[in-house]
Amino acid sequence: MEAKTNIAPNNKEGTVTFVNGPVIKASNMRNFAMREVVKVGPKKLMGEIISMDGDNATIQVYEDTDGLSIYETVTGSGESLSIEVGPGLIGSFFDGIGRPLNALLESEGMYISPGTSVNMLNHDKVWDVTPVAKPGDLITGGMVIATVQETPLLIHKIMAPPDTEGELTWVISKGQHKGGEMVAKVKDAFGREVSIPMIQRWPVRTPRLYRERLLPNEPFVTGQRVIDGLFPIAKGGTACIPGGFGTGKTVTQHQLAKWGDAQVVIYIGCGERGNEMTDVLEQFPVLEDPRSGRPLMERTILIANTSNMPVAAREASIYTGITIAEYFRDMGYDVAIMADSTSRWAEALRELSGRLEEIPAEEGFPAYLPSRLAEFYERAGRVVTFGGENGSITVIGAVSPPGGDFTEPVTRHTKRFIRCFWGLDKNLANARHYPAISWIDSYSEYAEEVNGWFCSNIDPRWGEVRDEVRQILAEDNKVQQVIKLVGEDVLPDDQRLVAFTAFLIKNGYLQQNSFGSDSYSPPSKGFEILEVIMEFYKKALGLVRKGIPISLIKEDESVDSITHLRELSPDDKDGFALARKRINVHLDRVAAERTRKLGGE
Amino acid sequence: MANAEYIGVKDIIGPFVLVENVSGVGYGELVDIRDNKGRIRHGQVKSLSEKATLVQVFTGTGDLIPNTTKLRFLGKPLEIRLSKNMLGRTFNGLGEPRDGCGETYGGKRVNINGLPLNPMARQYPKDFINTGISAIDTLTTLIRGQKLPIFSGNGLPHNQLAVQIATQAKIMGSDDFAVVFAGIGIKHDDAAYFTQELSNRGHSNNIVTFLNLADDPVIERIATPRMALSTAEYLAYELGLHVLVIITDMTSYCEALREIGVAAGEVPSRKGYPAYLYSDLASLYERAGVVRGVSGSVTQIPILTMPNDDITHPIPDLTGFITEGQIVLSRDLDSRNIYPPIDILTSLSRLMKDGIGKGYTREDHPSVSSQLFASYSRVQEVRSLAGVVGEDELSKNDRMLLEFGKLFEEKFLKQGKEEEREIGYSLDMAWEILSNLPRSELTRVSLTDIHEHIRKYTD
Ligand SMILES: Nc1ncnc2c1ncn2[C@@H]1O[C@H](COP(=O)(O)OP(=O)(O)O)[C@@H](O)[C@H]1O
Ligand SMILES: [Mg+2]
Repeated sequence: MEAKTNIAPNNKEGTVTFVNGPVIKASNMRNFAMREVVKVGPKKLMGEIISMDGDNATIQVYEDTDGLSIYETVTGSGESLSIEVGPGLIGSFFDGIGRPLNALLESEGMYISPGTSVNMLNHDKVWDVTPVAKPGDLITGGMVIATVQETPLLIHKIMAPPDTEGELTWVISKGQHKGGEMVAKVKDAFGREVSIPMIQRWPVRTPRLYRERLLPNEPFVTGQRVIDGLFPIAKGGTACIPGGFGTGKTVTQHQLAKWGDAQVVIYIGCGERGNEMTDVLEQFPVLEDPRSGRPLMERTILIANTSNMPVAAREASIYTGITIAEYFRDMGYDVAIMADSTSRWAEALRELSGRLEEIPAEEGFPAYLPSRLAEFYERAGRVVTFGGENGSITVIGAVSPPGGDFTEPVTRHTKRFIRCFWGLDKNLANARHYPAISWIDSYSEYAEEVNGWFCSNIDPRWGEVRDEVRQILAEDNKVQQVIKLVGEDVLPDDQRLVAFTAFLIKNGYLQQNSFGSDSYSPPSKGFEILEVIMEFYKKALGLVRKGIPISLIKEDESVDSITHLRELSPDDKDGFALARKRINVHLDRVAAERTRKLGGE
Repeated sequence: MANAEYIGVKDIIGPFVLVENVSGVGYGELVDIRDNKGRIRHGQVKSLSEKATLVQVFTGTGDLIPNTTKLRFLGKPLEIRLSKNMLGRTFNGLGEPRDGCGETYGGKRVNINGLPLNPMARQYPKDFINTGISAIDTLTTLIRGQKLPIFSGNGLPHNQLAVQIATQAKIMGSDDFAVVFAGIGIKHDDAAYFTQELSNRGHSNNIVTFLNLADDPVIERIATPRMALSTAEYLAYELGLHVLVIITDMTSYCEALREIGVAAGEVPSRKGYPAYLYSDLASLYERAGVVRGVSGSVTQIPILTMPNDDITHPIPDLTGFITEGQIVLSRDLDSRNIYPPIDILTSLSRLMKDGIGKGYTREDHPSVSSQLFASYSRVQEVRSLAGVVGEDELSKNDRMLLEFGKLFEEKFLKQGKEEEREIGYSLDMAWEILSNLPRSELTRVSLTDIHEHIRKYTD
């Protein structure tokens, strides 16, 4: 691994003086840099300097420190925590500090043991390279030098590092080349020639720069009705999903990773279950992207620091993920990143902070928790890249509040930095109303911004119908309070109709099972369902106002079938039309019978 | 310098001793501590600095005299010797025989902490285990390789349920099955119940037991589940057995962890439990699963008693965040004599989604279970309304729901402690009970399912 950053050279040695789990101290560290990555002890455990005090440094170690002794050696690496970026990222599976888990499996077997070092990307893998720049071109940071067809879907653009400026003197030839090769040489104003490698390094805690920030205006379509229809998120937006255990955070994140409208998806399993990563690994290669028809794995990158892996690497996994996201954004792609769960990351901060004996702020979390959260979510956004293209990063973070209490610090601070809130409701989850996204607590600040897109791409009445539906749900919320006290039968029929229409919306539209044919529901299908429901509502309201009892309106198979419309395939136009017709026939008949009776009296 | 002996300790603090001028000792290393009568107890290095080494003493520091206490650093972590001969044996919380049958010989020694499984080595668990219990098989299906705890309360029949699962899951009696039982801080009677019931109903040769009883040293409780899980991994991944691990009571384990954390002067987190409780529990619960290319598996059923029956208490809460679901027992159902008193609404099996349905159990299983949850949750709403307005004021619809709720609890949930039901039988019963509901309530089952399974609509 060659050094990139300008930290002092490598021939320096510190000495371990203190060990307490993942936090150690070392002396004789004067020549090391703050945040420098170090190797500790005979196993060469990877660590990072997190504070410096005269001759002494505090180091967080990314691997298990069992067996480490004092007076053992600490050596430097000359760079801060960095990962490799380049062809080979797509479809890969890394641990929190960027080690490829498939390579570890081959070299180490089923268990991950400390002190194993492997290149993140395979430098010997051969790629089909096409040069884009040519000798004589003036090259600046972010410009595309060459391209690699990384997957049938994705062209990987090899870009000049940000500080590049000068004339291109040599470029790689078209054809087969190894990942470890150089792609170009650039001569700067002082006549120095710099080589640009195909696989580059980037320090994960440093955001990659862009030219300009844009406002989000297009939805990140998820195929989840409650999200697309009621609480949409924009490309380049930020959202959080808080919920107690078992309320559906992970399933929702998996759904977004599967069906979300992005060119590259990065899924971070941060302090969660090993099996959930295995689940993705087994499913994504066989599931098809609904837009391209290609296996989902061809656009996915997985990062895992499962709950039983060392806690310091959990803290790093979030940065590893977002750095890869920025790298693909810089190529002009729409990238989505899911972090499950950001609470585990915050808890890793707390655990390390505790071992450092820092003064805690709320509930033991360090005082810098909010600023770390802000830094992370601010790395989302829609931008113009240095290469002059539009790219975006959509960030969706799961939050795991203890006891499901949304007033705890991580949820509370996260809410300050996101614009889309999908609150999971324990009672809905208990009733297996999935997704258990509460239509009362949730909100999206993007709804206005993306409405134009939905109106021109799905239906001009999109926004109007959305408003009507939200109105019904809000009224229903009040009506339900009354029902809890006195029962439904004593309510006036127009209120009962509101409650019934809300019942149809909840069970026919909002409810969506992730594990069946309804898993992906294009916005057009959801819109059809809502139109049927709202049409029914308006017509029924007319009848109720004429004094027709709601029981006559409700009790018909055609009305029961509204909650089964989602069983229809999205393009079953006839199915929807037939349902509509049967409802209308039924309502007309009820109205006619009423008129006849009145007339006969 | 491993194995050198040090005489005298500087301080004794709770379960810890502080030793000065020690060199060459590794973090987490095992220590033999000899008191002035020559008796040996074990300990482990908890932190290291230039000034002093902190050693946590298993079995506690009682009777230690600072000047005469001798320490020998063993240069290795806490280990357990694993072999086939362990089957049928009983050990204490530190893995020493407690059945008077002498040491187990042969085999190999491993670090009880284990190592994290590479997620790429795992295989997603999908094999349905028929426990013969309707509520579990239909609604919170147990999958081979799952970690599915029982959240219980003092006085509820969690032990009976665990034994019923273990025996009816056909884990016993067949050659490639084994049970590893870890009792942590439990009463003598509970321990006796488990060992007797399990051996009466199966072959006692398939059980390995680790017992740390209520009056055994608290600090050994930290090691007990790790001993059990190391054994389970060995039986599963090296001998190819399907292993069911029952660990009870996880609440005692967490309390031991808290006690030690406080003694070490750590900054506590919620309710005084250490900030690393989540990571620590995960290092146990994650030791379950199925590994690709290996024939055995480790299924975990940890049992915990919820302090004050409070599911938001940190112990059940953090457990629920790590395990693959939970089976929650309800005091209300128990007081109404419904066994097993499983509160299905708060119970969950996260792995059932891939282990049920066509090709696994039966095609209608996913939707019928979803419908039972939905309708039973409506029952709760109606019951609370009935509590306000009186049953007579309820609508026809609501009264049908109440009737459904009664049948569900009395016929479906309730069953004998040795009654075994096939999954097909349970599913048919579910449909029969559901057919008491008005059709508009059946929103989770498809129209096709309704026509196929509900008699009054089949024609
Ligand atoms: N949209 C959904 N459709 C069907 N089942 C769901 C859905 N969301 C959640 N579930 C069920 O809930 C369980 C718990 O969800 P999960 O996402 O693992 O919870 P969390 O991550 O919040 O703890 C899942 O195993 C699944 O059975
Ligand atoms: Mg989860």
